[in-house]
Amino acid sequence: MEKFTKITSIATPFPRVNVDTDIIIPAKHLKSIRRTGFAAGAFESVRYDADGKLIEDNVFDGPTYKGAKILIAGDNFGCGSSREHAPWAIDEMGYRCIIAPSFADIFAGNCIKNGILTVSLPQADVDALVMAAEAGHPITVDLVAQTVTCENALYNFDFNPTHKDMLMEGLDEIGQTLKSKGAIADFEAKQKMTTPWLYR
Amino acid sequence: MPRTMYDKIWDNHLVEERGEGVGLIYIDRHLVHEVTSPQAFDGLRAAGRDIRRRDSIIAVPDHNVPTKDRDQDNPDEMSVAQLEALEANSKEFNLDYIPMVDARQGIVHVIGPEQGFTQPGVTMVCGDSHTSTHGAFGAFAIGIGTSEVEHVMATQTLLLKKAKNMRVTVNGDLPVGCSAKDVALAIIGAVGTAGGTGHVIEYAGSVIEGLSMEGRMTLCNMSIEAGARAGLVAPDDKTFNYIKGRPYAPKAGQWDVAVNFWRSLRSEEGAKFDKEIVLNGNDIVPQVTWGTSPEDVVPVTGEVPMPGSFAEPSKQEGAQKALDYMGLKAGQKITEISVDRVFVGSCTNSRIEDMRAVAEVIKGRKKADTVKQVLIVPGSGLVKAQAEEEGLDKIFEDAGFEWREPGCSMCLAMNADKALPGEHVASTSNRNFVGRQGPGARTHLVSPAMAAAAAIAGHFVDVREF
Repeated sequence: MEKFTKITSIATPFPRVNVDTDIIIPAKHLKSIRRTGFAAGAFESVRYDADGKLIEDNVFDGPTYKGAKILIAGDNFGCGSSREHAPWAIDEMGYRCIIAPSFADIFAGNCIKNGILTVSLPQADVDALVMAAEAGHPITVDLVAQTVTCENALYNFDFNPTHKDMLMEGLDEIGQTLKSKGAIADFEAKQKMTTPWLYR
Repeated sequence: MPRTMYDKIWDNHLVEERGEGVGLIYIDRHLVHEVTSPQAFDGLRAAGRDIRRRDSIIAVPDHNVPTKDRDQDNPDEMSVAQLEALEANSKEFNLDYIPMVDARQGIVHVIGPEQGFTQPGVTMVCGDSHTSTHGAFGAFAIGIGTSEVEHVMATQTLLLKKAKNMRVTVNGDLPVGCSAKDVALAIIGAVGTAGGTGHVIEYAGSVIEGLSMEGRMTLCNMSIEAGARAGLVAPDDKTFNYIKGRPYAPKAGQWDVAVNFWRSLRSEEGAKFDKEIVLNGNDIVPQVTWGTSPEDVVPVTGEVPMPGSFAEPSKQEGAQKALDYMGLKAGQKITEISVDRVFVGSCTNSRIEDMRAVAEVIKGRKKADTVKQVLIVPGSGLVKAQAEEEGLDKIFEDAGFEWREPGCSMCLAMNADKALPGEHVASTSNRNFVGRQGPGARTHLVSPAMAAAAAIAGHFVDVREF
């Protein structure tokens, strides 16, 4: 997984509220048994017209925000289905960071596991960043300092320290957890005594 | 300090504290289906890792199985690839696997309880957000992504941040004609789709206590639509009676110990909830959604709201977009919305009680000519068999409804069951998102009884007066 410390990029403004994971990647595109190939169907209802033709100037494909690594989103972003295909698709589209007033819990967890930083900022700050993004100003997201800067504005954000380490080091979480194998085995030995019916 | 039920389950499963409210949490139960698991199995293979506890897993296909013509070749190659991958992976890793042709096959969240796999006090996961369903038994059950599926398989744990406690109390009595679905939608209407974000919701009060296990499952199922990753109901005699004798239930020698343990899980008097919501059950009326988020909900006696009636500009804009998509006018009466298609099914409402509710409303009547299709999709093969034993399938077929094989079906339209662009669907499922039931399809979430009444009338009606 690619390490995340600091990025500077123009940003795609997409401040719609309650964007669910069905919008990010509709269910009909979930049938791959691989982790890739989801970018083409991502945000389908925003990017394609009713006949399935790409809308040239949509925010994701138009020239204005081409190459953006930051997505500025609306409140409760990523609600709905737990599909990890949503962050896989967003990653494949080239985004490394999403800034929004709030994120749905499962989606936020899925992002971290795929090296995508989710930054929560107050609505007014996100509104200001949307305007800056629309004006084409580059935005810098610094995970080490936990700041977002744009022109003369600076915003601090909170971030879980465990998740911060994971993103900064690009860690494999399973390998990390398996260091606690002994503690897990001890837990099981104890649980087998108290609730034996959970074991076969 | 007095603890909530969630606090107790958390403490019982904490393997290691990791600071800042994060814990390494032991996972007891894992349901696996074809859509969110293939990449997890691939990951295990690539890293040369094994599954830690095979006995913690049941694997079953549900999301994209066909609901008819199962003896014929499935023309959808991609679905076939996922179904075959699940079967091959289950065999390779020697898992309890229920194939599509098995009488027990069905939606993960229906078969978990049916098999006695879902029990009070356990931690439970599945690569599906509606895993919250199992909270009806007092299980801490959450939906996870594919990386987490792999993580649980390899380590039997998850790194979780402890959520806050929220309690939703519904007092009084639920009026006749209202069901758990109406309670769930009324709650979401009150708190919004982000109202429970970061929280585990414990449902309490006389209305919740009065619900059947099926009703509690419907309610906990929709917790995720309120933003909460999990819902909980305190286990009681109803819970224990439901579990007793099922295949994965504690055996006779362990049963009494198990029940005593389960009784100890209730939230203690004086336990602190970070957020409290109280509703009066007597005020609840049958609910219908008008927009593209479950919070876009009104009583059937109401009207499609004016976008200007919302306080925030972003909500006003969202409401206008939703009305455009749904092809509705502000101020239109809900009962004036015609229905093109009806879907009864999904992990929210596909259990035997739901089938009975539909049959009771439609008995001796026929679907309206203007309604193109009414799909009745039972949640499992066992629900199907039970319904047929009770003769419900005859009632459905006499009314012109289609009686199908179990699966997720038109809830998310991953198989052939889809609505067409512009069609209004009365659906007992859980999400009215844009394109969820097919591109351009317009979903209205309702209870099974309300869906049945709409199928007969051809438009929404108040089932209490039907």
